[in-house]
Amino acid sequence: MLSISNLRAEVDGNEILKGLSLDVPAGEVHAIMGPNGAGKSTLSYVLTGRDGYEVTGGTATLDGEDLLSLDPAERAAKGMFLSFQYPLEIPGVPALTFIRTAMNAQRKARGEPEVSAPEFLKLAKATAASLKIDFDMLKRALNVGFSGGEKKRMEIFQMAMLSPRFLILDETDSGLDIDALKIVSDGVNAMRSPDRAMLVITHYQRLLDYIKPDRVHVLSAGRIAESGGPELAHELEREGYDKYARAA
Amino acid sequence: MSIAEAITSGDASLLPSRRDEDWRWTDLRGLIRQMPAASPEGRPWAWESALAGQVDMEVGVVNGRGASDLEVAAGEEKFVAWRFLSTAEAGAHNAELWVSVGEGAKLTLVESYEGAAGGYLANTVVNIRLAKGAKVERVVFAADHAEGVSVVDASVELAAGAVYAQTVLTHGARRQRIETRVAHPGAHAQARLDGAYLLEGQHNADLTTVVEHQGVDGVTTQLTKGVVRDQSRGVFQGRIVVAKGADHTDARMGHHALILSDKAEIDAKPELLIFADDVQCAHGNTVGALDEDALFYAEQRGMPEDLARALLTAAFVGEVIERIEHDAVREAAQAWAAQRLEV
Repeated sequence: MLSISNLRAEVDGNEILKGLSLDVPAGEVHAIMGPNGAGKSTLSYVLTGRDGYEVTGGTATLDGEDLLSLDPAERAAKGMFLSFQYPLEIPGVPALTFIRTAMNAQRKARGEPEVSAPEFLKLAKATAASLKIDFDMLKRALNVGFSGGEKKRMEIFQMAMLSPRFLILDETDSGLDIDALKIVSDGVNAMRSPDRAMLVITHYQRLLDYIKPDRVHVLSAGRIAESGGPELAHELEREGYDKYARAA
Repeated sequence: MSIAEAITSGDASLLPSRRDEDWRWTDLRGLIRQMPAASPEGRPWAWESALAGQVDMEVGVVNGRGASDLEVAAGEEKFVAWRFLSTAEAGAHNAELWVSVGEGAKLTLVESYEGAAGGYLANTVVNIRLAKGAKVERVVFAADHAEGVSVVDASVELAAGAVYAQTVLTHGARRQRIETRVAHPGAHAQARLDGAYLLEGQHNADLTTVVEHQGVDGVTTQLTKGVVRDQSRGVFQGRIVVAKGADHTDARMGHHALILSDKAEIDAKPELLIFADDVQCAHGNTVGALDEDALFYAEQRGMPEDLARALLTAAFVGEVIERIEHDAVREAAQAWAAQRLEV
């Protein structure tokens, strides 16, 4: 599914990713853990094509197709979805309008017909109910005045609506209380499927109690410093990131 | 200094110039060296608006000639369109409108400024008087010709408990000034003064407002938004004066503009002059580009850059248009903005 090889990237001339390699096969959930400043968020932006994140070497492909030459919208249409650490407020655009516009743009890029209004509303209602989102909230401007937890729930809502193939969750647990964490995790877990994969970026192990990873990777100083099974997350929780920091 | 006098006398030196503090960004004297001749009579044309046929009354004033009084009797309700048309090529004309709205009456006034040919200098004076508890919603669609010069100067007088709401929508002209002055008695009267300017090419637009709170318990809210492209130039001057003793005044002013080109310009001067002690006043003024973070967010969800920009720009302006209360007028305003913002 997602294959990253020797990826190098810089921001404002500073190299942040220094030869990162990673494979996430279809059907699997991989966690990326690491200290602050290791390049976790940079990786998510490089994969989704944000301006200002310049790739200086290496490759990233989704099912063998090059991602790095595509613009962000093209990558989204291919199935890349990033759940933002800090979701943006979009004043003046109701959540439903925003998502429908995005959905139709993706469909157009893939040569599919637009979603009809009744079809879209039916899907939105069912999805909102499963995430315990009040439907009236979807008529309000996206994320404007929403609490941190509500914004994260809206990210998962958009994810479920757009049904991407590859999900990147960037610090999705930050700002969530236990109840919200449970709802969000249930939403994410519901999307696990044999033809979809996920990259869960997190600083703490807590989220991984709810979204169980198949593999855990430690990102330190722009590279994968260690990979292992779920037990690696617990080890990091106990011992911290010190040894990687020293090694770097 | 008076534009009306300059037009009547043909003396260009009477036009306001940048030496007049309130006109420094809209220098008519510097632009017009020689006064054009008085405009001839002209013929009106059909109103290209979805509102045509929906209003109770449609009045056309052509090159300054036509009806000049609108009266809404106490308790009455009216939906009126008043069109100021300029047909003349290189002609100057004055027009005046007197609006009187009786006690408890309600008026929705759609005012349009339409230019068929360029080179004109049009000066329109609008006087609106609201009696106790009267309600007026005035929406101005300024569709001047790209080469036209147009000044609209409205004076609004509110009585106790009156509610005045205004939205000015413009795409500018060679020079265009739309000014509104409100005499606010307090006394639970309310004023809303909104505006949107969507400029491109070399268009200019100047939205100027002055609100004078003279008594206790008055409310004013203001939201103006602008989008400038190419080499266009937007001017916003908003002044709210709270006189001594006008306590419990609640006044809020916001002006926010997007500059979508390096050569476009915004000049803004928000002013709060407060001489009373116990008031709630605030103003906010921002000028900038579209939020790059929000753009990336929309693109990440699958919107190509042009679509993301169009959506965010429309939403930015939409906040002003959503405040229009009259449903049909709001829809016409939405259509106007959609047409102007087409990428």
